[in-house]
Amino acid sequence: MWTGDIMTEIPNGYELIVFILKFIGIYEPINNVFESFGLEYLLRIIIVVVEIGVLFVFILLTVMFLTWMERKVVAMVQARYGPMVTGPRGLLQPVMDGVKLIGKEDIIPAKADRWVFTLAPFLIFIPALLVFIPLPFGPSLIISDLNVGLLYIIAISAISPIAILMAGWASNNKYSLMGAIRAVAQDISYTIPLALSAIAIVLLTGSLSTVEIVTAQSGTWFGFIPKWFIFLQPLGFILFLIASIAEMGRIPFDFQESESELVAGFFTEYSGMKFAMFFLAEYAHLFSVSAIVVTLFLGGWSVPFINFLPAGLAVLVPIISLGAFLIKTYAIIFFAMWLRDTVPRMRIDQLLNLGWKIMIPLALLNLLATAILLTAGVFK
Amino acid sequence: MESDELFINMGPVHPSTHGVARFKLRMDGENIKECTPVIGYLHRGTEKIGEMKTYLQFIPYTDRLDYISAFPNNYAFVKAVEELAGIEVPLRAEYIRVLTMELNRIINHIVSIGSLLMDLGAATMIMWGFRERENALQLFEMLCGARMTFNYIKPGGVREDIPDGFMPKLNEFLKDMEKRIDDYEQLINGNEIFHMRMKNIGVINAKDAVNYGWTGPTLRGSGVDYDLRKYEPYSIYPDLDFKVCVRNEGDSYARFIVRMDEMKESLHILRQVVDNMPASKEISSAEYGIAPMTGTPTGVSTYFPRIFTPPAGEVYSRIEAPKGELGFYVVSDGTTKPYRVKIRSPSFCNLTAIPSLVKGLKIGDLIAAFGTIDVVLGDVDR
Repeated sequence: MWTGDIMTEIPNGYELIVFILKFIGIYEPINNVFESFGLEYLLRIIIVVVEIGVLFVFILLTVMFLTWMERKVVAMVQARYGPMVTGPRGLLQPVMDGVKLIGKEDIIPAKADRWVFTLAPFLIFIPALLVFIPLPFGPSLIISDLNVGLLYIIAISAISPIAILMAGWASNNKYSLMGAIRAVAQDISYTIPLALSAIAIVLLTGSLSTVEIVTAQSGTWFGFIPKWFIFLQPLGFILFLIASIAEMGRIPFDFQESESELVAGFFTEYSGMKFAMFFLAEYAHLFSVSAIVVTLFLGGWSVPFINFLPAGLAVLVPIISLGAFLIKTYAIIFFAMWLRDTVPRMRIDQLLNLGWKIMIPLALLNLLATAILLTAGVFK
Repeated sequence: MESDELFINMGPVHPSTHGVARFKLRMDGENIKECTPVIGYLHRGTEKIGEMKTYLQFIPYTDRLDYISAFPNNYAFVKAVEELAGIEVPLRAEYIRVLTMELNRIINHIVSIGSLLMDLGAATMIMWGFRERENALQLFEMLCGARMTFNYIKPGGVREDIPDGFMPKLNEFLKDMEKRIDDYEQLINGNEIFHMRMKNIGVINAKDAVNYGWTGPTLRGSGVDYDLRKYEPYSIYPDLDFKVCVRNEGDSYARFIVRMDEMKESLHILRQVVDNMPASKEISSAEYGIAPMTGTPTGVSTYFPRIFTPPAGEVYSRIEAPKGELGFYVVSDGTTKPYRVKIRSPSFCNLTAIPSLVKGLKIGDLIAAFGTIDVVLGDVDR
């Protein structure tokens, strides 16, 4: 099992930056300069800002890539090419989309509630980024290993229905309002099974910290089955995956938009950059929720057979871990995109039935079974 | 539980009203209390135009009724004119007509099923469907130069003969299509969510369906064995072997399945047409000065006289168009122009049942039910 010395020494991204600066040998001189002015806190703030900046730039680039990937995957399934003109195989298409959306007129409907209408896109976009803070991308590649990481993630995700309701209400449009009400009903009914199946994981690890959840999944059983929680919690995994696709608001659960019924759902009235923020938030959500699925059930950044690596290549482990994390996350994302191309949308009452009458009882059952098996000592 | 009533104006500009249909919806939350379709946004006065144009000039206007399937429209009007004037049509021309109409039936059902699935949120089917539709449209283009508005079927025959290279390409299309229909079924039929959305939704029993004037696949989905190709045979349909596809459930799913089955039957018909196509180059009758013309790019073309005057009289002639019974009531007063043209369009009659079909259902069911009755607004408004 590789968690290694470097892991305990460097718990998060801040320390990693400090470590790198020390390694190059410029941390002490810089620190001395700041200390001589009595501003040592300023250096810490700068490092934190740099750290968060790196994360957000990474997320935004990922989101742009995801919009391209979605189009390409959909095109592949539908026997088309997808974007091909801007850049190699259309890779620059998201940039062009961004340019186009910035150039659009930013329309606020005459009878809309201006403040709420303007606030809503920010309120949905910022939590979509904040949710990444306790997500470990690799050993020490984490902004902050909160000891209530999982709780934080679920709590932050719960903000987006409020933003959607604000957008739908402030637009003063019946379609927007219906889309918003649907989104809220859906979010409430799917956060519960989502949280319940996550709690089963917490029972197994005894910790809400994402890093500890990932560490608990490293290594193998019998030398060939990776110790991922998907094998201990198959039902929990399925419930969590379905609930997270509902959380992402994607087909077959895309009721907040359901464009053939409600035109564009809660963001019918939005245009220009505000529309783009909803769009980006949606894809940031897709990435974060997939990353959470990977963290909880697919071993996060842990690579099962890493101990076969020759000792001299141990330096590569962080890079391999990051790669493993991204590959697993993109597998889940691909699954979500594939699902979108294959199945139609459910009806709102069928969706709520599925949530309340099937998934919540199953999630409770899963939790109970986990607790009993845990007490009986099966998982030890 | 009662809540405040919500009034929604769905359309005429809406992603899934197939053009410019408008529904006035009185909603109780997500439930539809009352649905009133409003039509007329695409009204072009086609029937009145019919009185002002000569018989030949009016044929292009019929293309624009149900623009998804224009060949049957052409044929329905031409058949009325032929019955009026008593024109005998050569066998080869009839074969070509049936060939075009059955091809058109296939692509009509592709578009219908594809847009239904797109309204339900699964966009893949329409893309797959349009790939095959493109092949069919290329065949049409070879035949008459147009892809959607053909103006191809003329009184006494067809405008031009089948060009070289058409038949091999058609055979290729038929072979390809067989595999594709299996693909569609794999994509859609076994899908649990699709069944949830379609089964027991928009149910109408046979009696009501008949009373609403339903025809075509929509009626056959309610268990009424009614197909004009079989029970009031015209053209060469009596010589062809095909069965009428009927389902008894009367729900959205049954109507969808009927369309799927009809595509297969149309393929079966097309294969017979290809096998039995008469070899003679006679594609138009010699009466009324309609004469074959040789030496044109496609070998044989047809000359039509500018002055075409059927005797005074009236006729109602109907065919089984892909969407249902398409009838033309033509009154002639012995001049070059019809005295009256009345069009009985299947989409209009089928649309009338929507209010009772969706009452009490959810807004998502309205989309599904509306998709399965397969309405083209050009056909509704005329």
